Amino acid sequence: MAAVPSGATGAVERSLAGSGRDWRGLVFQVLLLGALLLTLVVLITLLVDQFTRGLPVFVDRGTDFLTSGLSSNPEKAGVGQGIVGTLLTGVLVALLCFPLGILTALYLEEYAPDNRLTRLITINIRNLAGVPSIVYGLLGLTVFVAVFASLGFPNSGRNIMAGALTLTALILPIVIITSAEAIRAVPQSLREGGYGVGASRWQVTSRLVLPAARPGILTGTILALARALGETAPLLLAGAILGTFSTSGSLNDLLTGPYTVLPMTVYDWSRKPQEEFRQLTSAAIIVLLVITLFFNALAIFLRNRYQKQW
Amino acid sequence: MTIDTDASDITLDLHALGETAESEIASLPAAINIRDVSVYYGHFRAVKDVSVDIPRQRITAFIGPSGCGKSTLLRSINRMNDLIPSARVEGEILYHGENLYASYVDPVEVRRRIGMVFQKPNPFPKSIYDNVAFGPRVLGYKGNMDELVEASLRRAAIWDEVKDKLKQSGLALSGGQQQRLCIARAIATEPDLILMDEPASALDPRSTLQIEELMAELKQNYTIIIVTHNMQQAARASDYTVFLTMDDDRAGYVVERDVTMNIFTRPKNRLTEDYVSGRFG
Repeated sequence: MAAVPSGATGAVERSLAGSGRDWRGLVFQVLLLGALLLTLVVLITLLVDQFTRGLPVFVDRGTDFLTSGLSSNPEKAGVGQGIVGTLLTGVLVALLCFPLGILTALYLEEYAPDNRLTRLITINIRNLAGVPSIVYGLLGLTVFVAVFASLGFPNSGRNIMAGALTLTALILPIVIITSAEAIRAVPQSLREGGYGVGASRWQVTSRLVLPAARPGILTGTILALARALGETAPLLLAGAILGTFSTSGSLNDLLTGPYTVLPMTVYDWSRKPQEEFRQLTSAAIIVLLVITLFFNALAIFLRNRYQKQW
Repeated sequence: MTIDTDASDITLDLHALGETAESEIASLPAAINIRDVSVYYGHFRAVKDVSVDIPRQRITAFIGPSGCGKSTLLRSINRMNDLIPSARVEGEILYHGENLYASYVDPVEVRRRIGMVFQKPNPFPKSIYDNVAFGPRVLGYKGNMDELVEASLRRAAIWDEVKDKLKQSGLALSGGQQQRLCIARAIATEPDLILMDEPASALDPRSTLQIEELMAELKQNYTIIIVTHNMQQAARASDYTVFLTMDDDRAGYVVERDVTMNIFTRPKNRLTEDYVSGRFG
C-alpha cells in the first residue's frame, strides 16, 4: 500500500476533528437540565414537606386514621368518610362517563358525516375541556342539585349523585377528545380489511376499531377520572359538605344523604385553627396522592396490557 | 373459444390466446361487465367512460401510469369507494347481469362476493386463526370453522408455514406471509372474484413470485383482477391486460385491452407501446 502524503492526512485529520467544543450546544443542554431540575425541586419539596408532617400520623394511629370518620377532635378525626366518598364518586363517574364519552367519540369518528355541524360540535367539545372547573360547579348547583331538590330528595338535593354528575360533566369533554383521538389513530387499512371481507359498519366498529383503540381510550379515560377525583372546587358548589355518610348500610341513604370526598376533607382541615390538623391535612394529602397514583399506575398497566401494534 | 380451466400449460395456452383477436375476449363468459363507468371525487372525475368486460376464471391486469385511476376503478367493483364520502360512481357494473350500483344492492353483500387484497398487507391485530375466521364469523358461517380456516390457508399456500402457530398474532408473520394470510382471509368468505390492489408492491422478489404462483393456482376457481405498476408482473402473471392512462383533464380512461401477449408484443395503440416499452409512465 502506498504511503499517503502527510500533508493530506493532516488536512483530513483537522477536518475530522471539528472546531473544538460546541459551546452553544452545551449551554442549551444545561438549560434543559435546569428546567427539569426546577420542576423536580418543586415537586420534591412539596412531597418531603407533606411526608415529614403527615407520616407521624400514620405511625401514631396506623389504620385507625384511614377508617375513622370526621370529627372536630383531631385525636379521633380520620379520612374514612373521604375515602368512601372518593371511591363511590369514582365508581359513579366511571359508570356515567365511560359509556357516554366512548359512544360519543365513536359516533363523531365513525358515524357522523364530516360536515360543518360535526366540526362545530367537535370544536365546542374541545372548548368545553378548557372551561374552569368552578363553572362546572355552578352547573352542578343550578342544575343537578336543583333537580334533586325539586324531586324532593333529602338534604336539599346535595347528595353524592349530584356531585358525580357534576364531575361527569367536567371530564366528559376530556374523555370524548382522548377517545376520539385513539379511534382516529386506528389505521384506515384495518377498517378497509374489515369492509373487504363483507363486514358491516357496526361489525367493523365493534370488532376491529374499538379493540384497536382500547389502550388509548383506557389510558385517557382513567387519567381523566383521576383528575375528577382530585377536584374540590366544583364539589364545593355542588354540595359536598363535611356531612357524614349514613351508617344505616342502605345504598339509598348513602346515595341521597350528605357526602364528602377526600379533597374536601383536605380543604376543610387546612382551614381549622388547631395545630394538630396541620398534620392531619398532610396525612390526608398523602392518602389522596396514593389514590391518584394508583389510578395513573392502573392506566399505564392497562395500556401495556392491551398494547397492540399494527 | 371455450374456457380451459385445466391450465396445465399456461404458457402454451397464452400463445394460443395470443393469436385471437380482441373480439374473441368478448365471447368469453364475463364475470364482470363494466359499462360506461365514470368515478368522481367531488367535482374531480378520476375515471371516465370505462367499458371493459372481465373474463371469468382468468387473471386480468389493470396497468397504467400513476394517477390513471386504475385503483379507483378496481375499488369501484366491490364498492370500496363507498367508504370515501365524496366518491360517486356513474354507469353500470354488472355482476351476473345485476348492476352492483342498483339502489337495492347492499354494498356489504357485494364485498362478501367480491373479495379484496390490499397493497400493504393489513392483517387484523388478531391471531392467524381469527384473521381467517373473521369474515365467516361476521357473515354468520355455521359450518366447521376449523376446516374452513385450514382449507383457506391451504388454498393461499401458507398452511404449512402457520399450521403450528395458528394462535399467534398475524402481525408476527413476514410481509409475504402476511399478504398470503390476507389472501386466505379473502378466500374464507368464498367469493368468486378477488380484487388485488398492487398485492406485491410491498414485498421482496421471492414473496412476489410466491404471490404470482398462488394467483395462477387460484384462477382455477376464482376470477382475479390485479392492479400493478410492475409490467413484468402483468406480463408474467396475467391473461388479459387493460391499459389505462390519463387524459389532459387528469381523468383516467382505457386506451387498449387485449390478451396480455398482444399488449406486450404487438400493441395497437402508440400510447400502449410507449408505456409497455418503458418510454413513459
